Amino acid sequence: MEFVLVQTLNGISYGLLLFMLSSGLTLVFSLMGVLNFAHASFYMLGAYFAYQASLQIGFWPALVAAPLAVGAIGMLVERFGLRPVHRYGHVAELLFTFGLAYLIEEAVHLVWGRQAVPYRVPEQLDGPLFHIMSSAYPIYRGFMMLVAVAMLVSIWLALTRTRIGLVIQAALTHPQTVEALGHNVPRVFMLVFGGGAALAGLAGVIGGNAFVTEPGMAAAVGPIIFVIVVVGGMGSLAGAFIASLVIGCMQTFAVSLDWSLGGITIAQAAPVLPYLLMVLMLIVRPRGLMGTREG
Amino acid sequence: MRYRPLNLGRWILWGGTALVLAIAPLVFTESFALTMMTQMGTMIIFALSYNMLLGQGGMLSFGHAVYSGLGAYVTVHALNLVGKGAFPFAVSLLPLVGGLAGLAFGVLFGYVTTRRAGTTFAMISLGIGEMVYACVLMLPGFFGGEAGVSTNRVVGQPFLGITFGPAIEVYYLVAFWCFVCMAAMFALTQTPLGRMANAVRDNPERAQFVGYDTQVVRFLQLCLSAFFAGVAGGLSCINFEIVSSENVSAIRSGGVLLATFIGGVPFFFGPIVGAIVFIFFVVALSGFTKAWLLYLGLFFLLMVLYAPGGIASILLMQIPVIRARRFRELLLPYATALGAALVALAGLVGIVEMVYRLSEQGASTVLAVGGLSFDARTAPPWFTFALVLAAGLAALHFARRFVAARWNAIQHELAAR
Amino acid sequence: MKRHTVAAAALGAAALLAAAGANAQNIRIAYIDPLSGPFANVGEQGLAEFRFAVDQINKRGGVLGGRKLEVIGFDNKVSPQEALNQLKRVIDQGIRYITQGNSSAVAGALIEAVNRHNERNPGKEILYLNYAAVDPAYTNEKCSFWHFRFDANSDMKMESLTTWMAGNKNIKKVYLINQDYSFGHAVKKAAREYLARKRPDIQIVGDDLHPLGKVSDFAPYVAKIKASGADSVITGNWGNDMALLVKAGRDAGLNVDWYTYYAGGLGTPTAMGEAAAGRVKIIAEYHANVANNKAAKWDAEYRKQAPKGNPDFYFLRGKIMWEMFVKAINQAKSDDPKKVAYALEGMRHEGDLGEVEMRRQDHQLIQPLYIMTLQKSAARGGPKEARIDADGNSGLALVTDARMEAYTSAQPTSCNMKRP
Repeated sequence: MEFVLVQTLNGISYGLLLFMLSSGLTLVFSLMGVLNFAHASFYMLGAYFAYQASLQIGFWPALVAAPLAVGAIGMLVERFGLRPVHRYGHVAELLFTFGLAYLIEEAVHLVWGRQAVPYRVPEQLDGPLFHIMSSAYPIYRGFMMLVAVAMLVSIWLALTRTRIGLVIQAALTHPQTVEALGHNVPRVFMLVFGGGAALAGLAGVIGGNAFVTEPGMAAAVGPIIFVIVVVGGMGSLAGAFIASLVIGCMQTFAVSLDWSLGGITIAQAAPVLPYLLMVLMLIVRPRGLMGTREG
Repeated sequence: MRYRPLNLGRWILWGGTALVLAIAPLVFTESFALTMMTQMGTMIIFALSYNMLLGQGGMLSFGHAVYSGLGAYVTVHALNLVGKGAFPFAVSLLPLVGGLAGLAFGVLFGYVTTRRAGTTFAMISLGIGEMVYACVLMLPGFFGGEAGVSTNRVVGQPFLGITFGPAIEVYYLVAFWCFVCMAAMFALTQTPLGRMANAVRDNPERAQFVGYDTQVVRFLQLCLSAFFAGVAGGLSCINFEIVSSENVSAIRSGGVLLATFIGGVPFFFGPIVGAIVFIFFVVALSGFTKAWLLYLGLFFLLMVLYAPGGIASILLMQIPVIRARRFRELLLPYATALGAALVALAGLVGIVEMVYRLSEQGASTVLAVGGLSFDARTAPPWFTFALVLAAGLAALHFARRFVAARWNAIQHELAAR
Repeated sequence: MKRHTVAAAALGAAALLAAAGANAQNIRIAYIDPLSGPFANVGEQGLAEFRFAVDQINKRGGVLGGRKLEVIGFDNKVSPQEALNQLKRVIDQGIRYITQGNSSAVAGALIEAVNRHNERNPGKEILYLNYAAVDPAYTNEKCSFWHFRFDANSDMKMESLTTWMAGNKNIKKVYLINQDYSFGHAVKKAAREYLARKRPDIQIVGDDLHPLGKVSDFAPYVAKIKASGADSVITGNWGNDMALLVKAGRDAGLNVDWYTYYAGGLGTPTAMGEAAAGRVKIIAEYHANVANNKAAKWDAEYRKQAPKGNPDFYFLRGKIMWEMFVKAINQAKSDDPKKVAYALEGMRHEGDLGEVEMRRQDHQLIQPLYIMTLQKSAARGGPKEARIDADGNSGLALVTDARMEAYTSAQPTSCNMKRP
């Protein structure tokens, strides 16, 4: 019982972190049709920026500053990188972000070295939040969940209750009409891309010290968020949310199951499960859980 | 029987390629050059097979290493069985085993992936790639876990004195297969299937109206591509004598994409150029600087931004101008642009190398260039290199206009003729 | 500051010139280990220590009457395949000695590749000095004349560790967690066998293998350990895998004793914090607070110039390796790897903490080992002998529990060495 509760909480907190990442990716994809390969790299940048900033100005200011900086970089990338290649089509855009992922990883190598950096949880958040029977639950995991939920609510409010949110929603389906109404659609694109990057950056700020901040962190999480976007349905925020939680819990629980199938325990098979889920989903329901369009 | 003139140009081209492959090791005799050329040959096959998807079929794959890697795994087991004497088989024909394995996995995975096209295909290919990578570590019985599977390519009785022990013999094996595969893949582009793949790439709806099943065309194209990828995998297995999870990893899949794109996707010979450049970066440049991947990434991004047709397109663009005997007029603008680019590059390299020296622990912060040495912890070199970079970029800006003006003028006149 | 820079520049320039001039004369040793990725930390540690050791040797006049040694780093990213790529490059550069230690998977690939190369290229042999890859197979069924191991292998360490554990009657339930590759498997197997032999009453309540260097969140594993009711955990984890595991354990308030191979440095003590005091045991050949430490001066001097990220002197076996290597070259009166290998075989050497022997049958170094515990450092109220902190200033320091003489850990070997 204690074990199940703890694992569930672990799974949910990991799933929420995944959602922080996949939400930005899916927003950008649904709006611009761009599959941002460098999305996980923005996550990594967020962690490194936060590490650097927390050395100078402390963790709390860094929590705000790092995502903003990553968002600004995202906007620059959109303005000077993606927009020019837009005329060559989606494949060119995808390739551009693919190259960008390489470049960011190498830039991180150059600036911060090839080892993990000692980005630590701030002291106020270090320690047990509460106990489930005898197991301590760290404050930081609670904090992660809090930030993720706060973010989720604010995205939802921003998309449904603000003017810019309505324009974004309209631009999703009818970009030409929105443009004809006098809205600057390219600028909306830039804002959304920057916003998506900032979300990834925020995930990096809180994920970087919960786990490790090292140059391989982008490559480790990148494919998983792609899986989430496909399983959830391309461009569906709600689908991404469900898929994130499902995959977060699935990976957490798989570790703890020692059932064996033909000599392989579920625990050993844990890394394969998300991809299997994706392939199954594509065979059974190609548009994903909540997707509205195919491919 | 239709009258077909002897295509002399094509014969010269292929004959020349064969000749280059044959005499290259006599020109570059260092063992380092041999190592590099052997890898280039393998990479050429791999990149060409990748272009069967991307260039000819319009399928952007992020998981092509799956086919070469699994081909390599099957080859390594076959080679080990031959080594144990389980069955006699010539080492020189083992790449075929890799190819067949690639083909088999192409049939298996292609069935799932080619159901979709475009972005979805790209994502599924990525997912399949990651799945196979994870499986490789999960099933140590066949894949050898972290350690991979080692082998020894010197097995059986030497045939005409060839044991494949010395690197030079492996080079010629790779060169032979490289030539055969190049020819085969070129021939494929001329078949009805190759033409249909182009049609499906350019306009799937129309292809469907004409009565072709686009999914079947994509599937066949992927299977054939997987076969050649498998051959490349088999050759890399013979060359390195180890196959590990890295062979199927996303790094390999990304690498072949970079190489192909840099070379030039729209042209058959583009990936050949790309593979040579790519291996040069990977093998030669990485010996000089740890920032080689940064330079490669930057190069790739510049290509995406300014030359989406790759190096091949830049080369081919010159042909009409050369035919019209107007190339000489472009020499000066090209030289200016090249000079400006080199200046900018010098500034950039200086800054990157200094950043790197400062970040790496235990590295000396002193750099030496041609007798001049300076310390990255002091300000003057930073200013100098920043200045050089800025000057180079500014010069490049003007040189570009210069080139564009001449180029447009020439194109205009050629069109007017 | 300015003068400092100028001096550094001059020194650097001089070093570059010297390197250019003396390259042909130098005996070069390729260090093929991870210098990037999750284990970069460990790789950098070895490289920094070996460069220091070689500097010391060169300062004292080098080998063979004035020739210098030179260590050159090659990044293998802990991948066997990349290691072979680097080995190719090493061979292309004409380097005849390699050293590697991190990951037995890499070591296995290197041994086979070196065997193949030496067989095909007589007269151009490569010699492989292994300072840390401890899969027992490499001095048993897979032993090679061209491979020398200067670290006690996994079985030897487990022999000593379980001998110590057998005496602790509080241990009732043990949990095993290891990395999923040959070394992790060796630890797991030996732990089960030796515990069953020495303390059949101890229950193994869990046994996990996790992917090498790929787990970023150990919380699920820790929850599992907790649920099993284990009082002790045995792990062979190293690098990030060790630091993250104990960090997750600390966060979840996991209350167990850790029996480890590699928790004594390289970031792990810092990650665990003071809560770990008295609860973490390590089996190794050295720590900074060892009694009668003849390497104390060396240790202190190393610390003075150590890179910021790797403040400790960690590999005494590395020091022993260099001493024996130099001795072997001088004895062989040649830098030819084959002659050096024959000189190394069976060599006895007076190490800083007692005599060691490179066993002739299997090229395994037999050396004394220590069981040690991380305690609060003396400055923070710990025991008196806990003088020097692990990890610079983690607040934790290593203290000896027992010294295991060389013969106690030696294991029989199944090696059938083929000599050229």
